[in-house]
Formats: sequence, structure tokens, C-alpha cells
Amino acid sequence: MTPFRYSRATDVADAIRQSGDCNTRYLGGGTNLVDLMRETVERPEALVDVSGLSRDIEELPDGGLLIGAGVRNTALAEHRSVRTRYPALSRAILAGASAQIRNMATVGGNLLQRTRCAYFYDDDGSRCNKRLPGQGCDALEGFNRNHAILGASPSCVAVHPSDMAVALAALDGVVHLHGARGERSFPVADLHRLPGDRPDVDTLLEPGELITAIELPPLPFAARSTYRKVRDRSSYAFALVSVAALLDVEDGRIRDVRIALGGVAHKPWRAFKAEEVLRGGPPRAAAFTAAADAELADAKPLAGNGFKIELARRTIAAVLGELAGETA
Amino acid sequence: MTITVNGAAVSLPNDPRVSLLDLLREDLHLPGTKKGCNQGACGACTVLVDGERILSCLALAVQFEGRSVTTIEGLGMPGALHPLQAAFVEHDGFQCGYCTPGQICSAIGMAEEIRRGVPSHVTSDLSSETIALSRDELRERMSGNLCRCGAHNGIIDAIAETFAPKTALAEAAE
Repeated sequence: MTPFRYSRATDVADAIRQSGDCNTRYLGGGTNLVDLMRETVERPEALVDVSGLSRDIEELPDGGLLIGAGVRNTALAEHRSVRTRYPALSRAILAGASAQIRNMATVGGNLLQRTRCAYFYDDDGSRCNKRLPGQGCDALEGFNRNHAILGASPSCVAVHPSDMAVALAALDGVVHLHGARGERSFPVADLHRLPGDRPDVDTLLEPGELITAIELPPLPFAARSTYRKVRDRSSYAFALVSVAALLDVEDGRIRDVRIALGGVAHKPWRAFKAEEVLRGGPPRAAAFTAAADAELADAKPLAGNGFKIELARRTIAAVLGELAGETA
Repeated sequence: MTITVNGAAVSLPNDPRVSLLDLLREDLHLPGTKKGCNQGACGACTVLVDGERILSCLALAVQFEGRSVTTIEGLGMPGALHPLQAAFVEHDGFQCGYCTPGQICSAIGMAEEIRRGVPSHVTSDLSSETIALSRDELRERMSGNLCRCGAHNGIIDAIAETFAPKTALAEAAE
């Protein structure tokens, strides 16, 4: 690990003041950043510890929820309002990592964790455009079973590893940011970029910008939501494919629906095309499969991950079937 | 800048690179907490901080100023074993023993999470206030602690015996 300065921020303004230049990183629970620093993939000159800030979950007057960026993953998953009103979010968090890691990891840090692509981690032996722009990508022709089928580029085929972010994208979550130039907010589904020719840039965050909170809008039909994760072993593994979904059925028609996919792209993948196919139609298995097909029409397999297309198709249909009350 | 370890206040390291794990093992000579993978994959370094289980290998010691850390040495020692340590012996909850301190600290943190009603990946009803102490629940909740000897069945037996009766008694009292 290369040497760095450590300081603790007393509040958000103090954190932004201390962030200085772009070679400073904010430190949350450290469960990904400390590991990346030990592997010398990340070499910040300074860490500003924000893990003590923004640790409340606030009920909003409109019926939504404001989740501080410093809230620990366990605290969010066990929160009574999340469990009853946004169960997909509890389910997604509980499907990720281990209990020890969830006790440490913050909500902000979970969103900003980096890909687990093995070539990205291999600072000594592999080429990676995300780690060193212009170097090349060894995953493209390498072991790419875990990699992207949607939205990838010749520069990068890595996937975003978060489960929580997939649920937040489906739940219309909004991310709140503070920076030297003020405050702004946008949908969680827009926070992460597709790789294009700049895979080294994961998100739309400006240097020094800090995630302070995630807002969940009041979505009464989110009480009927879930998260399903398909992985190589039944616990403590990253997703091959995951699906977060909400379904609102009235009088035999789908009034509204939200779907997001994990494990398939450089970002949590909001399945707008599938949602469009479903709205107004019948909540039937054939419609669910047609919606999945519409979303996956542009999917491009690599040598090792073609199975993900069929897996995503079946998982989307199964999750929607489960929410519609069918056996899946 | 101090941190409390097993009840005693100790100084934090000057170098912020020092992990909580290395502070415990190298500076404080408490080798019970083990360095397995040193990358958050095995759980051998699990300790309790203010009663919550965390991975000390991914924790920078400086982040834990003012907090209270409990390691296996603080739970029980030869002649005065923690009931869970005794149950591990009774149920063959280990062979080589390397993962054992992490397993035991993790299980004690887990018991508190269950008491608090924290759901898990296998909890079917998220709205339920109480968690059934089933084998599936215990295995899922302990999945962050790997045992390469394959003593998981004994580990789960030891945990179930140590914590299940208390839960049953608490339920009977209600």
C-alpha cells in the first residue's frame, strides 16, 4: 500500500473542503477501497474519512425515505420501512457480501465500489483500460464468464458488482450529491456510466463530489417488489445475473412495472424496454418472456458468457411471474 | 488517539496504513485473530467492534478511534472458556483451528443480530419481528466464514446448541 494522509471529516462541508484535488478519496467502510489500495490498484495521496457522516434514515413527509450515505448496509436492510415498503432493497442488500462486510459498508461506498473483474485487480500482470487508460483489455479475449452482455465496449466488458444499486435503480432512487460547486441530484440509474472509450470513469461524479444521501420516492406498489440473484454458490458470491422488479397489477392488467438487472453491464441496468412492453398488458408468462426478449435483443455475448442471455431471460420471466402470484 | 481492545485502552498506530488486524497481531501480540486471505473473502480475521462483527483485515485501525474491540482472547481463555468455545470442542467444530477464532467471534455477533431481528437472505418473511433459528438461517448467516477443513456441520451444531436454547427460553417466557 502506498503511503497516504488520513483525516476525518467533521461534516459534509468539511469533507468537500478537505477533498482538495482528485487524488484524494473519500473513505466509507473501506471494504473495497482498502482492498484496492493493498493491491495498488488505487493509490490515493489522502483519504478523507466520511464514514461518520450522514448516518440517519429519515421518513419524508411525502411518504418517501431519505437514506444518509453513511448508513451501514445492515442498518438499511433491517430498517422496518425498507423491509415492508421497499422489500426489493432489503433483499438485494442481504444477497450481497457477508454479514461482516454489510456491517462495515456504507450506502455511498456500496454505490461507488469498483468492478471485481480479475484483470482490473491484477495490477502486476494484466492489461486493463479501467486501471490504466489505453493499456488494452485482457478480459475481452480472456476469462470473461462473469462479464457484460449489455452496453459493453471494445475498451471494457466489466460489470458493476453491487446488488443494492440494482434495487435502487428499479425503485426510482435519487442520489444527492454535494460538491465545491453546490448540490445536485439525479436518478441512481443515471449515476454509473457505460464504459465507451473511458472505462476508467465509473460514474458522473465530479472530482471531490460527495454522495450525501439516497432518496426513495413514495412508491406504494414497491411493497410488491423483490430481488433475485443467480450465482455460482448460494451465498457470498457476486451475481451472474440478478433482477430487481416491482409489479402493479389491477383488474388483470399491468398498471405499472419497474425492472433492473445486475451482473450484465457496466452499470445497474434499468430495463426500460421490457417495462414498456409490459405496461397495460396482461400479467402472463408469455408477456414476461416477450418483455425479457425485448430488453435482451441488443445483448452481445463474449466467448465465455453467452449463457447469461438465456439466464437473464428466464430470471426476468421468473421474477415477474413470482410477483404476479404465479409459481416460478 | 486510543482504541479499546479487550477492555484495555491502547494507542492507535501513527501510520494510517496499519489495518486493525495488523494492530492486533503485530503491535498488541494478540495472535488469536487470524490473517487468512487478507482481502475480505475468508472471515478468519472477524472481530467484534462495539458488539458488531466486522473484518479486521479490511479495517484501517485509525478509523476505529474510541471504539471497543473484542477478540477471541477477550471472549475466553483456557480454564475459562466462553460457552461457544466449549461447544466447538464438544461438537468437533474445527480440525486445524485456523478459522475458529473468526467463526466464534462471527457467531457471537450473529446471535446479537438475530436477537435484534435482522433478516437474512433466507428469511422468507421480511416483516417478521423474530427470526427462526433454523439450520438454513445459521448456515446463511455464517457464510462469510470459510472452513477449509470442512467442519461446518460441527460449527453449526455448536452454534445451534449454544444459542438456540436461550431463544427458546426467551420465547417461552413471553
